[in-house]
Amino acid sequence: MTTLKVNGRDHQVDADPDTPLLYVLRNDVALNAAKFGCGLGQCGSCTVIVDGKAVLSCVTPLLLVEGKQVTTLEGLGTVAAPAPIQRAFMEEQAAQCGYCIAGMMMRAQALLMRNPKPSDAQIRAELEPHLCRCGTHMRILRAVHRAARLMDTADAASDRSVR
Amino acid sequence: MPGQLRIITGIAAIVLVAGVAAGYAVAWRPQIAAIAPPRPDTFDPDIVKRGRDLASIGNCNTCHTVQGGANYAGGLPVPTPFGTIFSSNITPDAETGIGGWPEEAFVRAMRAGVSRAGRHLYPTFPYDHFTNVSDADDRALYAFLMTRQPVHASAPANQLSFPLNYRPLIAGWKLLYFRSGDVPSDAAKGAEWNRGAYLVEGLAHCGACHTPRNALGAERVNAQFAGGDVDNWHAYALNDTSRAPVRWTADALYAYLRHGWHADHGTARGPMAEVVGNLASVPDSDVRAIAMYMADISGAPAPDRKPPADAVTPSTSADATQPNAAGAAIYAAACAACHEGNRALPYGGVNLALSTAIASPDPRNLLNIVLSGVTAVDGERSPIMPGFAASIDDAQMVALANYLRARFGKRPAWNDLDKAVRNARTVQAASLAVRDASTESTQRGKP
Amino acid sequence: MTAPVVLDRRSVLAGGGALIVSFSLRHAVAQERKASQGPELPGSLAKTPNLDSWIRIDADGQITAFTGKAELGQGFRTAFQQIAAEQLDIPFDALKVITADTKLTANEGYTSGSHSMQDSGTAILHAAAQARALLVAEAAKRFALPPDELRTENAAVVAPDGRRLTYGELVASDVLHVQAQPTSNLKDPASFKVMGQPVPRVDIPAKVTGGAAYVQDMRLPGMVHARVVRPPSYGAQLAECDTAAIEKMPGVIGIVRDGNFLAVVAEKEFGAVKAMHALAAAAKWRESAKLPNQHDLASVLTALPSQDFAIFQRSDPTVSGARSLEATYTRPYQSHGSIGPSCAVAQFVDGAMTVWTHTQGVYPDRQSIAEMLGMPQASVRLIHVEGSGCYGHNGADDAAADAALIARALPGRPVRVQWMREQEHGWEPYGPAMVTRLSASLDGNGKIADWNFAVWSNTHSMRPGGAGSLLAAQHIARSFAVPAPKPLPLPEGGGDRNAIPIYNFPNAHVMHHFIPAMPLRISAMRALGAYHNVFSIESFMDELADLAGDDPVAFRLKHLDDVRGRAVVEKAAQEFGWTRGQKPPQNRGYGFAFARYKNLAAYCAIASEVEVDRETGRARLVRAVAAVDAGQVVNPDGITNQIEGAIVQSTSWTLYESVSFDDVRITSIDWQTYPILRFNAVPDSIAVHIINRPGQPFLGSGETGQGPAAASLANAIARATGKRLRNLPLSRKRIKDAIDA
Repeated sequence: MTTLKVNGRDHQVDADPDTPLLYVLRNDVALNAAKFGCGLGQCGSCTVIVDGKAVLSCVTPLLLVEGKQVTTLEGLGTVAAPAPIQRAFMEEQAAQCGYCIAGMMMRAQALLMRNPKPSDAQIRAELEPHLCRCGTHMRILRAVHRAARLMDTADAASDRSVR
Repeated sequence: MPGQLRIITGIAAIVLVAGVAAGYAVAWRPQIAAIAPPRPDTFDPDIVKRGRDLASIGNCNTCHTVQGGANYAGGLPVPTPFGTIFSSNITPDAETGIGGWPEEAFVRAMRAGVSRAGRHLYPTFPYDHFTNVSDADDRALYAFLMTRQPVHASAPANQLSFPLNYRPLIAGWKLLYFRSGDVPSDAAKGAEWNRGAYLVEGLAHCGACHTPRNALGAERVNAQFAGGDVDNWHAYALNDTSRAPVRWTADALYAYLRHGWHADHGTARGPMAEVVGNLASVPDSDVRAIAMYMADISGAPAPDRKPPADAVTPSTSADATQPNAAGAAIYAAACAACHEGNRALPYGGVNLALSTAIASPDPRNLLNIVLSGVTAVDGERSPIMPGFAASIDDAQMVALANYLRARFGKRPAWNDLDKAVRNARTVQAASLAVRDASTESTQRGKP
Repeated sequence: MTAPVVLDRRSVLAGGGALIVSFSLRHAVAQERKASQGPELPGSLAKTPNLDSWIRIDADGQITAFTGKAELGQGFRTAFQQIAAEQLDIPFDALKVITADTKLTANEGYTSGSHSMQDSGTAILHAAAQARALLVAEAAKRFALPPDELRTENAAVVAPDGRRLTYGELVASDVLHVQAQPTSNLKDPASFKVMGQPVPRVDIPAKVTGGAAYVQDMRLPGMVHARVVRPPSYGAQLAECDTAAIEKMPGVIGIVRDGNFLAVVAEKEFGAVKAMHALAAAAKWRESAKLPNQHDLASVLTALPSQDFAIFQRSDPTVSGARSLEATYTRPYQSHGSIGPSCAVAQFVDGAMTVWTHTQGVYPDRQSIAEMLGMPQASVRLIHVEGSGCYGHNGADDAAADAALIARALPGRPVRVQWMREQEHGWEPYGPAMVTRLSASLDGNGKIADWNFAVWSNTHSMRPGGAGSLLAAQHIARSFAVPAPKPLPLPEGGGDRNAIPIYNFPNAHVMHHFIPAMPLRISAMRALGAYHNVFSIESFMDELADLAGDDPVAFRLKHLDDVRGRAVVEKAAQEFGWTRGQKPPQNRGYGFAFARYKNLAAYCAIASEVEVDRETGRARLVRAVAAVDAGQVVNPDGITNQIEGAIVQSTSWTLYESVSFDDVRITSIDWQTYPILRFNAVPDSIAVHIINRPGQPFLGSGETGQGPAAASLANAIARATGKRLRNLPLSRKRIKDAIDA
């Protein structure tokens, strides 16, 4: 049994330590967002956040993340109470089939946590490991920019509420 | 800090020599009058084409083009122990490039490291090698560069502190270290070998990275090809101290330089990836010549270097009687799937028993690769390896590196591995920070 | 207003009507049979005429629309919901849409060919409108008022005196279980409240919050995980495989071995992956495949035996050309390259098989799977659940067959089969390689006097129609033979899709060389032959414009009579800022291209600006401006999304993509070896301008952009470099070689 911290909760996971985090999240923790795309770290569909950084969960064995904080798209918000990045992707209608989107959103989230006001070039560079086959790239870029603005507004709002 | 002390002593020596040199007026070179940039159609297209191949052999674009920037427009920061030097604009822009340079000024820069205006150039521009390039080849390079598209772009000012920003000092450096015409030639070795020698010691400037440098940044003549440093990577020894588990042959070198990988050695990474990227388009005969010469001068193999790849096998996991279960587990879970898979190079992981990075005395290349991986080349069939920087912590990285070193390198553990890991991670983080700090990356796209 | 009707396809093709148009016999026969029937019901109502197959209203007021089409990420579930809500006069959120399920929905064949809006959207449009009319009539009876005094609002029929009857109250007596009529009393587009609006897609919220959105996300109670071990190459025979050790691996439930079909089932997914690797290592295969020379596909294809059809012939002996031009264009095999490898879940309970699949055709796939299993079709149910975008016939049907075959060996337990990346890339049926040869000449006025076009191609559909189309059925011991390929009939066509020029040339001759032999496994990929044919025609139009010394846009307009076609050409040119004799910045080029998909669906014109790095040969699309006419617009943002995506995807196909193989095996088996466009190459901007045609038929926009995007890019590259590239992909190396030549 391994204790895995996912989206702020501890999960007792009965999986071999060499099991890729992706399979643990999907099968043992029963989460949907992280997707199997290649299993080789080539497409980005499986991206989650570990201790604040974007990680390819399909090539990250469970033993590397024990004791670390894992965040998946489910941990950011819900349909009823979406996080800024989720709201931004909905508002920009930034999906076609949507299979790659969860991974894209997690890397974008990690970028925005590190750099709240990224340039377009920085967003593109950051998303370079991610593939989208439907060609939704223009919308994804717009959504990340929008998320940055939404987070900025949210921060400003929460600053006010603190005062 | 013995390194710094050596540098300070060295600078004092240069100042002294420069003083003497000044007496001989070595420090002064005449300006060559500027010309109106020649029209591109005044150059013979065949000579321009030859110049294009030569520029690829010389790897000119690597230093003179910023990633995502205009070709040959310079501005790339080259970190040195003395400060940061920015590469110059070598497009034919009259004002900021070399558009006003007549051919004799270009040849003089290649030959003697002096600008058109008569200023000494810092030896980050490897004229210690380029001095060996023939007149005809210099002319072809000139024709090639003068037919590129002019780009108006001034390189940022070099970041060097006094007295290193005092260019006449370079005259002293040249007096101490700069030698012209030292390409070995040997009629008995045949034309191909001699062609290889001419390219390797000249335009290809292999030693600029693969030969260690002294305190003043000059290549150590008595340690030619003994391994050097470039951009936080270790450029492997190419002489008889090479730690490549399988001895390099001319055929293997040819294939590696031509295609970027060889089954007995793995895939070109880091700065070497750019070199082989350029060599992919040059004439086959030149790549063969380089390979033949390098294989010949690499000397007799160390006794423990076995010739055929199939003789090299990793000790089995059971052999690794070291107390490093953590490293073994990480390897088995994160690395083995690709590095012990049945996929052939370059798209499968190399058998790590063949890895020079793991056998090398310097752990940086291994750490760089594990942390940053290998990113796809846009639109090209090219190997991809995921980087593990975000998922592996320092202790885990140390455990993994120790395990790989013991099991596959079969050598004593690296010293100061924790520090090397921290440094490698800093470099990795720095490349991220640079990306965030400016719109256009000024790094070469490497960790 | 009058109801939109599906255009008579012959009249569309014939354009002005005065032309001499002839089809080869096989097409004519197909046309005739259709024409002899009575007035056709609109869209898919023709095959499934009962209104309650499309619209159901329960007594509790719950309203459901049904479609036999599969949502593949194009967003038409939302569009159908808009159509039904609009015509029923109910709020958008007041109904839900059920998609392809052999137990619940109509048989609408495949979700392909940009047909969903035309077929299913049209059926729902009319079914909803007629349902509303029936409800009004029923209410009129009960109110004892004439129907035209009643109005509908918010799922109720309202009388002038304020009395209201909800749809739920009205529907009690099977009122919708009636056959549709050929015409409907459709709402006036000017009064639309839901149709024509950019209603947010209903599937996106789940997709961006980690909801269960895909077949990959299904977790049925007791579900087990299976992996298939495919042969290393086409036709390889399993020589030996010692499975004893693998059966003992922890968590392994069993191995399914049947001829050359090999799979392993485990309790946990990663256990199945590990066992799959062990099984693959244990399996020894005899390989015999002889793949063609991938570097000379033009010779390979044109040397294969072909069936030759003259598909278009027009002649005007009074016009003849002087200056002429010839060119050959090629396209390699290309992968669908779904980001998510194919997946399916199947369960075999009490002799009944249920398969959850992202197939594009639940009915044809059911027939094929039932045939493979030797089961009656009635005992097999296929339910469509979304997968990763497919862009045509990918591994979806094969994964469904795999799951069914394995599930039958494990009665009772739901079996989830997930293909690996290498399997999807190595075994999917590719978009076929093609060759086109064109020649034309100009008359004294710089107009095209004669035009010759010949295309060599395989079929463009090997979709399930019989078990033999399924890999699993081909691999089992009692194997099914691959069905003989057939050319897809015109006017839609397959390899000859869009081979007939939309332009008005006095002399024109179009040949289709249909190649039955298929060196690689191939099938339908987005736009089928239209991608390459439009690339060829529109590239050649630019070459001819140059020969004529004319502006590419003006030259096209000179040959284009179709009014709606002219409108999109003019719109794209105007929005792009296209002017005759314009000078792009250094190293840049402007390109233009236009087509009407299949010559009967949506119109699309695209203007592109491309930048080429002369040192490396790298080309980048900087900006694209598209104009599209897809008929009556249901969801403008949906169309924009489709066209944006088509431009980006086609850019990737056009600049980068080709399947690679050696003498025996496919070698492009992942993203290292099959590179596609990454963010670095994404353009600065894409603008899509929609020309709405209220009241006109839906034309479907999913595939109309692929061909024009490719040609527009090629034309821009030609103008940026001065070199014409005719072999796809227009790779960095090919551009550099052309520049350096």
